[in-house]
Amino acid sequence: MKYLDEYRDIELARPLVEELQKSVTRPLRIMEVCGSHTMAIFRNGLRTILPTGMELISGPGCPVCVTSAAHLDAFISIADRSDVRVAVFGDLFRVPGSHGSLANASARGAKIDIVYSPMDGLEIAENNPQELVVFLGVGFETTTPGIAATILSAKNRNIKNFAVFSTQKTMPAPMYSLLNDPELRIDGLLCPGHVSSIIGAGAWQPLVAEFGLACVVGGFETADLLKSLTLLAYQVGKGEPKVENIYPRAVSWEANLRAGQMVEKIFEPADMEWRGLGVIPESGLRIREEYGDFDAEKRLGIELIATEEPEGCICGEILKGIKTPTECPLFDKRCTPGDPVGPCMVSSEGTCAAYHKYGR
Amino acid sequence: MCLAIPMKVTEIEGSPDDFSISQIATVDADGISREIRLDIVDHWPEIGDYVIIHAGFAIHTLVKEEAEKNIALLRELAENMPSELLS
Ligand code: SF4
Repeated sequence: MKYLDEYRDIELARPLVEELQKSVTRPLRIMEVCGSHTMAIFRNGLRTILPTGMELISGPGCPVCVTSAAHLDAFISIADRSDVRVAVFGDLFRVPGSHGSLANASARGAKIDIVYSPMDGLEIAENNPQELVVFLGVGFETTTPGIAATILSAKNRNIKNFAVFSTQKTMPAPMYSLLNDPELRIDGLLCPGHVSSIIGAGAWQPLVAEFGLACVVGGFETADLLKSLTLLAYQVGKGEPKVENIYPRAVSWEANLRAGQMVEKIFEPADMEWRGLGVIPESGLRIREEYGDFDAEKRLGIELIATEEPEGCICGEILKGIKTPTECPLFDKRCTPGDPVGPCMVSSEGTCAAYHKYGR
Repeated sequence: MCLAIPMKVTEIEGSPDDFSISQIATVDADGISREIRLDIVDHWPEIGDYVIIHAGFAIHTLVKEEAEKNIALLRELAENMPSELLS
């Protein structure tokens, strides 16, 4: 892959490492909003070369991790129904609810297909007309438009045995509740790459205006990450916060209008519960009345049952950037990726999983 | 996962405004070709353009020159440390 190799080239990165080392003129805390950034930063070993004074904290951008325990329980109860076949992204499969995970449900006979795209779920529905196929929608702006397009395609192709359980969430809604939290100090945001590809880099501008937050939209390769952190340090050092987009190969300043229109057609804003953050008004999306036949919640009459977080798990505080995994008494003891207590340990984008895999 | 691998568009089916028929592109990376959806791509690509894909859907189109410009930019950043910014 020619283009990607260029971005990974270590010779290219060395001067960027040096530049980063010199960039910090005042202490700063940066939140990487997106779970893929958290993982990429660990994988590249960037945490070991961070300049003194720069602190990185992980944010609420791991979709599986912010899914509430009540939603997870509802997913599992759907999977347990004999008349339903469930399609999910692989990340969700082993996440524990209050009574086990989808993996456990699968072991006791639930029909669960791990899919790469919601469209795959629709294909499964088409090939299994006697079953209702429910796609469990977990994610942000990057997955919502594809789910909307899949629902529209189901309608156009007259596939009636397909429905979506939407727990889709929107950015930057949770950032407002985080930034208003006096316990948390953040100077800058490493803004999520692909969410920004949909909502546009400009969507972060209000956070600059309202909270004086430095914002850089960056990619996931070594050079992208080094450059992003360096620019954040410059912005904070100079006291000139703004939105910089250094990921133009995926992100424009403007929103992706075609994706936006697709979402608007199928979904409407709804209040949504986030793990650790509680219910945030209008931070989620539900399927519009007009497409109600494709809404699994309506079709199956699902009621959410409030439930306790796993005992001792501090995922919620980790998602808020208030605590780190090493502060959790269960970390690497009772809770490991093989036998996870909370979602932050099992998701491939979870902060606890990252700390476990790469140390520190 | 959000890892962006730009893929080169080699074939296109459908048209940008007609959602009643499939909007599909064949993309190629390192000789492996597969089909992806174009329903939500920001700009309808032309053959030879690159697209960034997420969960089976193209989300962003990147013309070849744009992709090359990005690489040149990063090289330049690496070669000429922006010392004026360090003050
Ligand atoms: S280590 Fe396990 S129990 Fe502790 S916060 Fe992370 S996921 Fe929860």
